Amino acid sequence: MKLKTETRWILTAGCIIGVISSLLVFFGNPANMGFCIACFLRDTSGALGLHSASAVQYIRPEIIGLVLGSFLLAMWRKEFSPRGGSAPVTRFMLGFFVMIGCLMFLGCPFRMILRLAGGDFNAILGFAGFAGGILTGVFFLNKGYTLKRTYKLSRTEGFAFPAIQVLFLILLVAAPAFIHFTASAGGPGGKHAAVFISLLAGLLVGALAQRTRLCMVGGIRDMILFRDSKLLFGFAAILLSALACNLILTATTAGVYFQPGFSGQPVAHTDGLWNFLGMYLTGFGCVLLGGCPLRQLVLSGEGNSDSAVTVLGLMVGAAFCHNFGLASSADGPTANGKIAVLIGIAAVCAIACLNTFRKEK
Amino acid sequence: MKILDARGLSCPEPVILLRKAMSSMEPSYQIIVDNHASKENTTRYAEHQGYQTSVSEKDGEYTLTFTR
Repeated sequence: MKLKTETRWILTAGCIIGVISSLLVFFGNPANMGFCIACFLRDTSGALGLHSASAVQYIRPEIIGLVLGSFLLAMWRKEFSPRGGSAPVTRFMLGFFVMIGCLMFLGCPFRMILRLAGGDFNAILGFAGFAGGILTGVFFLNKGYTLKRTYKLSRTEGFAFPAIQVLFLILLVAAPAFIHFTASAGGPGGKHAAVFISLLAGLLVGALAQRTRLCMVGGIRDMILFRDSKLLFGFAAILLSALACNLILTATTAGVYFQPGFSGQPVAHTDGLWNFLGMYLTGFGCVLLGGCPLRQLVLSGEGNSDSAVTVLGLMVGAAFCHNFGLASSADGPTANGKIAVLIGIAAVCAIACLNTFRKEK
Repeated sequence: MKILDARGLSCPEPVILLRKAMSSMEPSYQIIVDNHASKENTTRYAEHQGYQTSVSEKDGEYTLTFTR
């Protein structure tokens, strides 16, 4: 009975999240990008001046909402639990490399689902790489991979990351001159829904993800590890509901929200090998982190400072990607980006080996 | 009864710990966890394996006893 309730919850949450994601595009977000944790953290990094790619600079209210939605529900459900100390520097590095993988593919695992729901077949290769990366990570988990235990921390530490999000919201609304915003026709950063719509969407999705423990990596990982399908139901529900909503919007509005094919897809490229390898790196790194970028945001809202450090790693990774020409564009991957992904795979593999096979004295 | 300490371990390590322990097919196990996600995940795994769960909570730590 309890299991059925959990399944019902995650299916319902997944359906709502899929619809919200599709509607955010209708309200102004870039195509197939109702949510993209990697892209939105990259935009926020740009707005703060950590990189100077003028096409992708905007403090995304969805990120603020995700953290605060999780934080508020965790407080209400008495699940707010400040903790940390489990290999924070390693987690920062993993976050950094996961972002390099995401920006090779042009999307986090969440956007990979939304790209599939928008008919972008390039995401099928991304999904194959993602599943391969998860399989590699599961191999190490089964061999004993661990980043050791977390420890209880002060409530002040747990409040810090949600407080930073409040500061970001103030900066977004006040828009001081030192914050960078992409012009409305200047690129993906200039395309966004109204602030209150984006914030509300983030709050709702953050709360639903906190309640259901939704994780894009966890679905495939738990299915392989334990034959546990709970999180995979959430993954499938988002895909199907976003697809249905995209088809309805395409039929009833002037916009195109579903366009099947490989070429001409929005904010995407057609290089299959590097779509595969980018998401391979992402899937592998996320398994070692214990969750996808969305899950890291939600956990940081619950007071987990290791996840907050991971999000900082993602943001710094995004800044590096745009400062050193590592991020792909619609024209395809860059030479620097390819080298960075290969270094990333090697580095993540080294982290996995060192935390699996090293014998403690 | 085998007792496992999964406090501070992050998802999915507590379930892997439990899965490895359960390969010995004992009639009961006890696991201590300190977060809700681990509590839910280990309970779900044990119930899939045919165990019944009882829970006690103290100072944010949960002691789960699985028996069959």
